[in-house]
Amino acid sequence: MTTAFDPRIVAFCCKYCAYAAGDLAGSMRLSYPANIRIIQVPCTGRVDIVHLLRAIEDGADGVYVAGCLEGECHFLTGNLKTRKKVEYVRKTLEEIGVDPGRVEMFNLSSAMGPRFAEIAREMTERIRELGPNLPTAAKAA
Amino acid sequence: MIVADRKPLAEILEMVSDHHEILLLGCKGCVTVCNAGGRKEVQVLAATLRIARRKAGRPLEVEEDVLERQCDPEYVEQIRDRADRFDAVVSMACGVGPQFLAEAYPEQRVYPALNTTFFGGAVGHGVWEERCGGCGTCIIHHFDGLCPVARCSKSLLHGPCGGSTGGCCEIARDTECIWDRIVQKKMARGRLDDLRAVRAPKDWRTARDGGPRKSIREELTP
Amino acid sequence: MSTMKSGSRLERVLASGHFAFTGECGPPKGANVAHLKEKVAHLKGVVDAVNVTDNQTAVVRMSSTAAAAIMVREGVEPNFQMVCRDRNRLAMMSDILGAYALGIRNMLCLSGDHQHFGNHPESKNVYDIDSMQLIAMVRKMRDEGRFLNDEEIDEPPRMFIGAACNPFADPFAYRPHRLAAKIRAGADFIQTQCIYNMDKFREFMKIAVDMGLTEKCFILAGVTPMKSAGMASYMARMVPGIEVPESLIKRLKSAGKGRAAEEGIRFAVEQIEAFKEMPGVAGVHLMAIEWEHRVPEIAERAGVLPRPEV
Repeated sequence: MTTAFDPRIVAFCCKYCAYAAGDLAGSMRLSYPANIRIIQVPCTGRVDIVHLLRAIEDGADGVYVAGCLEGECHFLTGNLKTRKKVEYVRKTLEEIGVDPGRVEMFNLSSAMGPRFAEIAREMTERIRELGPNLPTAAKAA
Repeated sequence: MIVADRKPLAEILEMVSDHHEILLLGCKGCVTVCNAGGRKEVQVLAATLRIARRKAGRPLEVEEDVLERQCDPEYVEQIRDRADRFDAVVSMACGVGPQFLAEAYPEQRVYPALNTTFFGGAVGHGVWEERCGGCGTCIIHHFDGLCPVARCSKSLLHGPCGGSTGGCCEIARDTECIWDRIVQKKMARGRLDDLRAVRAPKDWRTARDGGPRKSIREELTP
Repeated sequence: MSTMKSGSRLERVLASGHFAFTGECGPPKGANVAHLKEKVAHLKGVVDAVNVTDNQTAVVRMSSTAAAAIMVREGVEPNFQMVCRDRNRLAMMSDILGAYALGIRNMLCLSGDHQHFGNHPESKNVYDIDSMQLIAMVRKMRDEGRFLNDEEIDEPPRMFIGAACNPFADPFAYRPHRLAAKIRAGADFIQTQCIYNMDKFREFMKIAVDMGLTEKCFILAGVTPMKSAGMASYMARMVPGIEVPESLIKRLKSAGKGRAAEEGIRFAVEQIEAFKEMPGVAGVHLMAIEWEHRVPEIAERAGVLPRPEV
């Protein structure tokens, strides 16, 4: 018996842009996959390499960081710094045989409700195609 | 400080491939300052190793810890109560750390997670450069505070060689020709005469060439 | 310079005021003695001495001492090169004694290209002493008859000591001073890196003459004939310390297909003629790398043949 794979995706969203866009998507009644677990952060700069790796370790099949458009970060350079951290994680994953596409960073403004939903759909589809990251037995309950 | 870089992941994974439970030990000294083996780096490497081994279907337990330093027996002693619980201890300190660990715990397997490279300092955020070669006979004051032994690719004492171009060393465009800098500095200060003399060949006995070195403070020994 | 330091032909030519003409020959990438003898045969009687390179550009070749000793047996005077990259002071002193014992009388002291450029970049580099200290060491061995540690030498090597000079390397203002230091250290003769920018070299020679350097030391100007416009562009871009004027590249390009080499030789001959007249220049060092068979022709056209009897 094969169960259809339902991706588990963690999204770190900054309060000022991405999370606000998520709220807007909600008010606009846009639908996006329920696979996304959103974690609000004051700024994507708060997200560290170890948070992304631990998300993967704890069973996430995909992780993304969503922040303000480059040049418009509420805290000026938080999103720029995190882009580099995301690149580091992608490189690390590639070295250990994990598809780097499982981790991504997106930029959007608080007015971009539809884009928020689109990102969620995009990542869900991508991860669905990649399949589960860790063997199901090894996943945390 | 001592600068080091983490070994490639493939190499570290190979080292622990037969083990199931390891202690990953960072150091709050130099390797924290150069972001190679401090608390954060221990966390990142631990998570990475665990993910990799879970994927391979052979989980690896990684206990994470950081010692004040790994170059003093008192600190290395702090893991006495648990050191033998693990299949191996992987040290994220510079090359000194794993050796002190190996001496303190001769029955335990000790691996170096870092490649120790040079004595240097930060020249920018995230960038460290070599400054000292540990030759044991410091003569930088003869060269206006610049060391040709460590910073000239050929350790010339009468440089620059004919390969110096535009202030760069012949071996790489991003390597400074320290002799160009020394000469410019001397010229700017009107002290070119300092470079006239032919220096006697260097006595390398105080460097590593003379054998492994020791430093003793007599007034501090018991 | 009344008494001979080494008695080598090169020294005798220079000391008697003749315009010297030296050549160069790289040892084979193996023990192929026949190949070496073949190349050297082109130079016999055409040049006063032949430079024998020492693992040039850090590429492993037959040792310069051995190749130089073979040349001596072929009746050609070598100018054996020693770099600081591969040997410590012990090996250097030992090899200098060996070279002298084998009949070698001229020696060029060089730093050596970093092994990064060569075919064994993983090797450790030595650089126990640098070229300045090597010059001083050979002079001490020859004139004091002592090793670096002051012990007496059982028959000192009486070498004619040479050094290299790159007038175009940076910083340009410092180059004459470094040359002065080498002469003070003991250099008897200097061979420069190959020259293409004649005006800039003229400027350099003027400074050298004004500093009195040409009275204490013989300076030989380096010439390497260009084989093609491509070679000229490559050297201009890729080889550190070599200056190639745009005008020369243009000249080679406009020579037409297949005629660039001829133009390159023509330029080299013009250079040699100019160097004969340039104050302070005691001779020319021709580096016709892997083109040894054309050296007799260049020598003929430049009017440096026959070589003088000394």
